[in-house]
Amino acid sequence: MELLEILLSASFWAAAIRIASPLIFATMGELICERAGVLNLGIEGIMVAGAFAGWIAVWAGLPLWGGVAVALLTGMAFGLVHSILSVPFGLSQHVVGVGITLLATSLTFYTYRVVLPEVSSPPKIEAFQAFEIPILSQIPIVGPAFFAQTPLTYAAFVVVIVTALVLYRTPLGLAVRAAGENPSAVAAQGLSVTAIRMGAVIVGSGLMAVGGAFLTMSAFDSFFFDMVNGRGWICIALVVFGAWKPGKALLGAILFAAFDAFQIRLQQTPVGAVVPYQVFLMMPYFLSILALVAMSRRAEVPAALMVPFNKGER
Amino acid sequence: MTGAEPVQTVLRLSNITKRFGSLTANDAVSFHLDRGEVVALLGENGAGKTTLMNILFGQYTADEGEVELFGQTLPPGNPRAALDAGVGMVHQHFTLAGNLTVWENIVLGAQPLAAMSLRPGEVKARIRDLSARFHLKVDPDARVGRLTVGERQRVEILKALYRDARILILDEPTAVLTPQETDALFSTLREAIGMGLSIIFISHKLHEVMAISDRVLVLRHGKLVAERPTAETNREELAALMVGAEVTMPEITPSTPGAPRLSLRAVSTEGEGDKPGLDAVTMDLCAGQITGLAGVSGNGQAALSDLLSGLRAPISGDMTVAGEPISGWTPRTAIGHGIARIPEDRHHTGTIADFTLAENAILETYGSDFSRRGWMDWARVRSHAEELIATYDIRCPGPDVRIRLLSGGNMQKLILGRVLEWGPEIILANQPVRGLDIGAVNYVHGRLAEARDAGAAVLLISEDLDEIMRLSDVIHVISEGRLSPPFARGTMKPEDLGAWMAGHGFEEAAHAS
Repeated sequence: MELLEILLSASFWAAAIRIASPLIFATMGELICERAGVLNLGIEGIMVAGAFAGWIAVWAGLPLWGGVAVALLTGMAFGLVHSILSVPFGLSQHVVGVGITLLATSLTFYTYRVVLPEVSSPPKIEAFQAFEIPILSQIPIVGPAFFAQTPLTYAAFVVVIVTALVLYRTPLGLAVRAAGENPSAVAAQGLSVTAIRMGAVIVGSGLMAVGGAFLTMSAFDSFFFDMVNGRGWICIALVVFGAWKPGKALLGAILFAAFDAFQIRLQQTPVGAVVPYQVFLMMPYFLSILALVAMSRRAEVPAALMVPFNKGER
Repeated sequence: MTGAEPVQTVLRLSNITKRFGSLTANDAVSFHLDRGEVVALLGENGAGKTTLMNILFGQYTADEGEVELFGQTLPPGNPRAALDAGVGMVHQHFTLAGNLTVWENIVLGAQPLAAMSLRPGEVKARIRDLSARFHLKVDPDARVGRLTVGERQRVEILKALYRDARILILDEPTAVLTPQETDALFSTLREAIGMGLSIIFISHKLHEVMAISDRVLVLRHGKLVAERPTAETNREELAALMVGAEVTMPEITPSTPGAPRLSLRAVSTEGEGDKPGLDAVTMDLCAGQITGLAGVSGNGQAALSDLLSGLRAPISGDMTVAGEPISGWTPRTAIGHGIARIPEDRHHTGTIADFTLAENAILETYGSDFSRRGWMDWARVRSHAEELIATYDIRCPGPDVRIRLLSGGNMQKLILGRVLEWGPEIILANQPVRGLDIGAVNYVHGRLAEARDAGAAVLLISEDLDEIMRLSDVIHVISEGRLSPPFARGTMKPEDLGAWMAGHGFEEAAHAS
């Protein structure tokens, strides 16, 4: 009975959408990279860097949207490094990605200490506030859940729509998808596979960083070292879960977030008093693995994912 | 072409020279192509055909010489220049993305990348119009991954036509087609010529060159060695020009077959992905006989070859080797039964690229013949490799060379030597001459015929019908995992086999039996 109550409450769904927002940004970023044929394991570190960069920029005096832009550019810079190593140099995408994650994470911590050498607890910023969309936010349950979020959450949904439109409805998106399926088909048309793949990695990395920035600028109002906490890796799984399709990946992100919001609430019920809380913490991951097994069996992986392209080689 | 129109040269290559280090891939090559003409570019692997086309398409920049298209000099090193000027290329390895639809593949790169919409309606209408005009039947909404090889080639041609190509370059276009599909391709090409297109036809198949071209250019070691109007030459002359010497094909005499070495009775196996398994296949591989397996690739050849090499076991039916039903069928037991394999892909499953020649020579026998008490006997391995190099005329620096540095022909000679050396009873030759030049092809064919005469049962799997018909004493056709009855040497014409390859006749045969 209590379970049903949780599922029908507006606050539960509002929390789910809020938890999903950073995942949505970063999942779209990863999806764009992978559709072009590049696995971006730098995602975890880029999210950390984005979380820090957006927050510190606002702390230093920029407006909130200025902070988002700084996060975006920070992510794109790491994307540029990743893409130079993984695309024209054709290095192992696994090694490059893990390297970028380590680099971005450590560089972030270093910068934090350089900028704030004395503080024991990180300063707070004036974060994004919920913005109630007139009329729509008045709908019962759905209104407070979907239409009383922060502007950055709305932006996440816009990013999904734009990603889907560009990928499926424009010549550029077609070229990106073809670069991930058969790069020689792209090269045979006189298009540059290198430019397309690098562009996708740079844009995708920018979105990952905005996903990170959501944590410090919308979900919370400060920066902590372990706040990304594996969300990047979850996004990589969500791309697979979504079968490399933006709409399905969005559903996956919301589903995962709903599990997460659900377990938090479940901890406060009588059941939570008996079962150790670690079991609840584990639940979203456990259920995600089950969902992944069920959903991704028939998924069509981009055929050239993780295959470097060298012009002239066949 | 009507007589009144003046002949118009659409493409002119002048003195093209391209060097890679000490290798001269193209040596002062000059030729021209007229409107409405089919020029065949003939040459062996490594003769410089691909380099020449890559220069035309701006993938490489020529060291000397220039390309002139429709009277305009082409800027070197710009991949879009030739495309924009109206040259379309149908690559040997199709440049299509299997996960995308036909229309998406066709429109890829044909619109400015900054455009806001793909306009699918318009694109599909234009594709339908083109496919009606050129009789290239294909569904624009179909996914390319689900199409047959012949249909994929149509998509490639449509891709060029969609861009208003006025010159079509086809690189080995018939390599994967059935005879019927080849005929259909040729009539499409003739239609295209009638509409004023010009065609460069790259091939090493002499009879097709004779059938479709107006003029033949022969490339050898990067040089243009001959130019002949097709009407004034013949296959023998062209073959000699291509190789640079008289070509003598090995004599294949009919054989008298012995007892069956391996028999399949209504054997079925599981398929893999979209590749079919075997469907109640019945066949005998007899001693002293070459059995040819014809068919379009992806119709169960892999399943049969996996079955014989022990990678896969039957799910129903009876399989006997040397009269004994098989049990515990693995690659090891297959080798134990005297089955030797020439794998389809010599680079990936035939050899280990970074191992030396000597190491590759003992991949199947290292355990028994080249080790003592569990320790490798490297001296024997080396002397064995040296023997193979001498016996099978493998051109290489020595037994310690890494195998990836060998040419395809020499790699295949090594595999052949490795296989024939231990006197196998059954030889599974899967595409044994794919990608080899004529000299190497004749060598491999000669050796297979010798092995047959020495009593081996040979199964020859090939997509090249000419090869099948020349070598085989008996031919089966495979289609969607089903096997035709055996046809004796000389009883079938290519068109008859082509009908079976397209899947006709199996129902009737099933009823009759």
